Amino acid sequence: MGYFANFSDFINMGGHALYVWLSYGITLVIFGYNLLAIWLKKRAFFTFAKRQLKREQRNYDA
Amino acid sequence: MTPKRKQRMTIALLIVFGTALIVGLVMYALKQNINLFYSTTQIVKGEAPKDARIRVGGMVLKGSLQRDPNSLHVSFLVTDTAENVKVEYTGILPDLFREGQGIIAQGKLDTQGVFQADEVLAKHDENYMPPEIAESMKNAKPTTEAKP
Amino acid sequence: MNIKMPKWFYQLASPKWSYDIMGMLMPWFGLAALLLLVTGIVWGLMFAPPDYQQGNSYRIIYIHVPSAILAQSCFMLMAVAGIIGMVWKMKVAHIVAKSAAPIGASMTIIALSTGAIWGKPTWGAWWVWDARLTSMLILLFLYLGIIALYSAFSNKASGDQAASILTLVGVVNIPIIKYSVEWWNTLHQPASFTLTKKPAMPPEMWVPLLIMVLGYYCFFAYVLMARTRIELLEREHKSGWVTALLTDTP
Repeated sequence: MGYFANFSDFINMGGHALYVWLSYGITLVIFGYNLLAIWLKKRAFFTFAKRQLKREQRNYDA
Repeated sequence: MTPKRKQRMTIALLIVFGTALIVGLVMYALKQNINLFYSTTQIVKGEAPKDARIRVGGMVLKGSLQRDPNSLHVSFLVTDTAENVKVEYTGILPDLFREGQGIIAQGKLDTQGVFQADEVLAKHDENYMPPEIAESMKNAKPTTEAKP
Repeated sequence: MNIKMPKWFYQLASPKWSYDIMGMLMPWFGLAALLLLVTGIVWGLMFAPPDYQQGNSYRIIYIHVPSAILAQSCFMLMAVAGIIGMVWKMKVAHIVAKSAAPIGASMTIIALSTGAIWGKPTWGAWWVWDARLTSMLILLFLYLGIIALYSAFSNKASGDQAASILTLVGVVNIPIIKYSVEWWNTLHQPASFTLTKKPAMPPEMWVPLLIMVLGYYCFFAYVLMARTRIELLEREHKSGWVTALLTDTP
């Protein structure tokens, strides 16, 4: 376990578990949000653009 | 660059340097207000306001810490190596508080020139070290105790 | 004074060229970010030794310092992109700046919140109004203001213009953040890790930190390119190359 003797020592972080894990947790959530935002933005664009394209094609065909 | 672009570049640079100049002047005027704390020399010289809540910053002088055995009351000397200020405080000290450590105390100076603190924060420096190295450094070079 | 810009500078102005080159580079930055961040976090949390004074709480440094560095680098990038966008009327530059703003804001939020959490056990306070912390909070407000300006105008070009001006005004805050700990008395300590000086810690502590900084940069580049590409598509959705792209992909 690297520097720590065992897994529970690692989780405990020398009594600073709350601070260490809370900061890493917040960071993980914000990183995750950034990735999720890309995916949502991409999906929104393609839904919009495809619908637009279909409408134009219909107008063209008519 | 075309003349049009040169003109726009000049405007952009004017915005940057103009703002920098204004902000620089404002910060120069407010210099003392931006400082979080007064040094002990400033307090001894009387540069700090007397009746206002202020902060004092410095190092806890080695060997000056006195704990009241029956309460959380402590007193210690804060120094910037030139001048000392006595600080009295009742309450829980931060984990990093120890002699030789930088601290910032918030409170008021009383009439005897003793700083009555209601909050003590520990200030640490930019150096990080594994415990074993800190230990071996301590053994190699015994720290000299400063006299109050 | 007559400056001639290199060819790639003008190629960047082409939305399609930018879209393609970013699509090519993106997966590499994504992969590098993943490898560096996983290595850095495992190393920093499990293998780096604790600090002699702070114990294990100092391990927050591995996420706090890189986010603070990125928050400032991102703003510098936005200022440079803003100038290019304003002077050369280059749409792609504005799109890059616009896409960078939310990432910069995220990094500032990480730096502020992990700093507050670290401050509690170390200093004894979540927050103090010292010059470093306050200037960092101002940076967050600048990011939020810039994001708001980009979406406040129905005419995209006006939004770009307004946001670029706020970015140029706000860039003065970057040297203030950097030198705040030297110019004034602050509770925050001076930098332990800079380009110019030897790190104020042994290699077993700063090597994982360096890996984390590089990892954050790669992650930033990945997210920035991904956002920029979608923004390019949105603004160009009426042009031929986007229509061709849409009909090619099912």
